[in-house]
Amino acid sequence: MRAKVYVTLKSGVLDPAGKAIEHALHTLGFEEAHDVRLGKYIELRVEGDPERASVRIDDMCRKLFANGVIEDYRFEVGE
Amino acid sequence: MRWGVVTFPGSLDNNDTLYALEQVLGEVAVPLWHKDRALHGVDCVVLPGGFSYGDYLRAGALARFSPVMDSVVRFAADGGLVFGICNGFQVLCETGLLPGALIRNRGLSFVCRTVHCRVEETNTPFTRGCSPADVLALPIKHGEGCYVADAQTLQELEDNRQIVLRYVDSAGRTTEAANPNGSLRNIAGIVNARRNVFGLMPHPEHACEALCGGVDGASLFRSVRATLTEGLPTPAASVPPGL
Repeated sequence: MRAKVYVTLKSGVLDPAGKAIEHALHTLGFEEAHDVRLGKYIELRVEGDPERASVRIDDMCRKLFANGVIEDYRFEVGE
Repeated sequence: MRWGVVTFPGSLDNNDTLYALEQVLGEVAVPLWHKDRALHGVDCVVLPGGFSYGDYLRAGALARFSPVMDSVVRFAADGGLVFGICNGFQVLCETGLLPGALIRNRGLSFVCRTVHCRVEETNTPFTRGCSPADVLALPIKHGEGCYVADAQTLQELEDNRQIVLRYVDSAGRTTEAANPNGSLRNIAGIVNARRNVFGLMPHPEHACEALCGGVDGASLFRSVRATLTEGLPTPAASVPPGL
């Protein structure tokens, strides 16, 4: 199975890089862009059926990919 | 007493810390390797500054899985003293030995300069030799030193008097301008609730000799020695509330 994991800072946590990107977008004339959050994208291949893979990846997210104090995560499992 | 200074792949300040302890302060210190499972009878473990494991994923995130960290966690659970500097502070937060997390500096830039830190608590093993409200001049050099925690955790840190150092101006006032990285409540260093694990972003090991710009960092290391030889200070030795 292939999995895609997305990690972003929680909404309440200051994201200075996201703010800098938003500022740059406004400078370029994209005034409609707001709430830019810069995150991480992780790809991996996992063995096992989709159900078990999801359980395992959730465990990976909690133990390593994301720091629950500051970050949220979500993931997709596919072929 | 005997100090142990851990080296992770990517640690930078392990040798400077050993130098400050041994050559400047006359202490006995041994290097500990990240693959060590034994702590070789040390009384205080220092996790030094640097970029352990390249700071990949998050600063300190991978170092926590080093074999030595299993021993450090057990050592701390038994009441052993753990002293995390800069990357060491990040490792302690990632390991869960200290609450909160350290994220990218508010200004996005790596900051390298001397800052002033006010001693908020002297009833810790790491500051018992300081006077309440002492202002220490200490160097910082980090890109991810912005301390964050949720509101409840911050309140617990205040209520339990776990905030040990705050960024202040040279007159000892907590101002926005004196905050180099955006840390919530100007937090520069904290202890755990049991007060045996200490993490701080400034570098006391770089402030032990006048030749290097100041000696204010030495008081933190000397406090540990005093604690281990004379015992812990009394809880009364804290900054009065409201100061």
